[in-house]
Amino acid sequence: MASFDKFRRGSRFFSSSCSCGEHGSQSEHDLAANMTGGEEERYSSFVETAVMRALFPHTPSRRAFLKSVGASTALAAVSQFLPLGDVTDAFAQGSGALEKKDLKVGFIPITCATPIIMAHPLGFYSKQGLNVEVVKTAGWAVVRDKTINKEYDAAHMLSPMPIAISMGLGSNPIPFSVPAIENINGQAITLAMKHKDRRDPKDWKGMKFAIPFDYSMHNYLLRYYLAQNGIDPDTDVQLRSVPPPEMVANLRAENIDGFLAPDNIAQRAVYDGVGFIDILSKEIWDGHPCCSFSSSREFVTTNPNTYAALLRAIIDASAYAQKPENRKQIAEAIAPANYLNAPVTVLDQVLTGTYADGLGQVKKDPNRIAFEPFPYDSFAIWILTQMKRWGQVKGDVDYAGIAKQVFLATECASVMKDMGLAPPASTKTIVVMGKPFDPSKPEAYVDSFAIKRI
Amino acid sequence: MSLPLNVRAALVSVLLLAGFLLVWQGATAGFGASSGGLPAGMDPEYAKLMGLTATTGKSAMPSPVDVGGQLLKLLSDPFYDKGPNDKGLGIQLAYSLGRVLLGYGIAVLVAVPLGFLIGMSALMSRALDPFIQVLKPISPLAWMPLALYTIKDSGISAIFVIFICSVWPMLLNTAFGVASVRKEWLNVARTLEVGPLKRAFTVILPAAAPTILTGMRISIGIAWLVIVAAEMLVGGTGIGYFVWNEWNNLSITNVIIAILIIGVTGMVLDQILAAVARLVTFPE
Repeated sequence: MASFDKFRRGSRFFSSSCSCGEHGSQSEHDLAANMTGGEEERYSSFVETAVMRALFPHTPSRRAFLKSVGASTALAAVSQFLPLGDVTDAFAQGSGALEKKDLKVGFIPITCATPIIMAHPLGFYSKQGLNVEVVKTAGWAVVRDKTINKEYDAAHMLSPMPIAISMGLGSNPIPFSVPAIENINGQAITLAMKHKDRRDPKDWKGMKFAIPFDYSMHNYLLRYYLAQNGIDPDTDVQLRSVPPPEMVANLRAENIDGFLAPDNIAQRAVYDGVGFIDILSKEIWDGHPCCSFSSSREFVTTNPNTYAALLRAIIDASAYAQKPENRKQIAEAIAPANYLNAPVTVLDQVLTGTYADGLGQVKKDPNRIAFEPFPYDSFAIWILTQMKRWGQVKGDVDYAGIAKQVFLATECASVMKDMGLAPPASTKTIVVMGKPFDPSKPEAYVDSFAIKRI
Repeated sequence: MSLPLNVRAALVSVLLLAGFLLVWQGATAGFGASSGGLPAGMDPEYAKLMGLTATTGKSAMPSPVDVGGQLLKLLSDPFYDKGPNDKGLGIQLAYSLGRVLLGYGIAVLVAVPLGFLIGMSALMSRALDPFIQVLKPISPLAWMPLALYTIKDSGISAIFVIFICSVWPMLLNTAFGVASVRKEWLNVARTLEVGPLKRAFTVILPAAAPTILTGMRISIGIAWLVIVAAEMLVGGTGIGYFVWNEWNNLSITNVIIAILIIGVTGMVLDQILAAVARLVTFPE
């Protein structure tokens, strides 16, 4: 606790006078903390509750179990099998000495990576005492392999990727974790100019679309959008996995008819006069997660303090990026060749939300991209339902269990609290194209779709 | 025409280049440049958000003058280092050359001795032939995922891929060169009771050297081809990464410059080995 106060006291981002923001002064805060049992107990109760919940997802049976044997006995029994201490320690010791100061963090040059990238030129990493090298990487498969190979300590990944890696889809199962989401919204369906009179998705039969990766929100959102409009994404259209930089070139060459891609690629196609923005991804699901900040669970448990510091830097950077008044400065900071290597005008349009749509209109949507780091379990459960829906996973899926394991919502909340930020409520209403999603009934959700591959 | 052939050839080369540049300049200039203004009915506020290609109809293809100017700019400061993802052309080239020389060096160390053994034994030569023929045509990009997965280090993977792609021509040529040393020379050596090791070094090696060098020359060409592909995939540093990074930014100017530099470097590497080959060639 104590050691990162020094960062915060001098910080201009937090105006509150104590470290959690709820008390008038630091001494009042300390008093309150002592009365509630202090930091360590708070951390362990967070983690323990999470573990108990994961083990007994059915609330009445969990309560019955705890009641009959007593909470502490139950925990002692559970910790026989699970190295509970590790994870608890990882977060409780977050304020201790850093195990490792020189880190490598991989990223793909798209605006989704904004918090990870801007934390470098704007000094959010160094504020936490970290010397981070942000390394540009050629593609999602390479990011995955380099992170698994430990060349990168942490990386920017599409949010379904850590789930896929943890489940062993497309690689060996290796436990990965997502302590923070990079961005929400910020994608778009871009079509070639020749389709400007063919914008109704019901007419899209036979078209060829590019997506960045099979395990991507882009894939699931595009499939969802097509299927809701009666187009079967597997038989009526062609979906191709294409690295983002190749998308604009392919659109120009008319190899593809359009793509659902991350920005700045969508805006870049407009900038070069190759395509137009048909819809923003927020029109499919407003507030959808896109990319995530990920690292292996092994890195978390072996370097708990470094990990906590890294997470603080990312949360701090996200909070800064979320403020509209900072967006212009960020666009300029991340445009040079060392980072995104893209024209400032393009980044500006993506980040400020005042953009040219490619058809001669200037549109304004300040929520085109947003930076809210909280990794809700329900995000992971939704992703899993789509993996199931499109046949990427077969058989029974432990939706809640995997979500808890990979998306570290409780841990993110505790770090946010320590930073004096208010973590959001632990549940979030998800509505995709007018259809509500209930994370407690994932199977029923999957069954409710007419077009699926089960 | 009394000019020597060399001079005439050089003249034709220069003329061809000048003609090519002229056509290029002509093809890229002239689009929309005459009007200069915005297309009719375009909102100026909208135009500010768009690229020049979209507003003025400027060709996305740079003219040779653009490329020349950018080339001078890049060459005037080839060794700058602005962080891990942005380094000068000279540094990128040095990284690529380092990787190529390492991978290629290992390939030479493996291929020449192994080729010797294969060439001296008709049995091994026939037995190994199917494997070599299968492994030879595999593209570097096909090796890369396997290398990344097993070696677990992208830098070493790139070097491994150069090694595995450049080893085969040298191996085949060495084996062929050794196998086709003239029987009379070997018989003379046998008559003079030369030991096997001495025979290998004083008779076979000099006789096979031109063929071996030809193999090495083919291999360095392949190694240089491979490095660009490998670096585009693995990223980080090198001329291949430079191409990829500029492609990402859709900067055709810089991609053309990279193509030029890759070509010139490849030619220099090839000429060095050609010079070495001339040294060991003997008149029969």
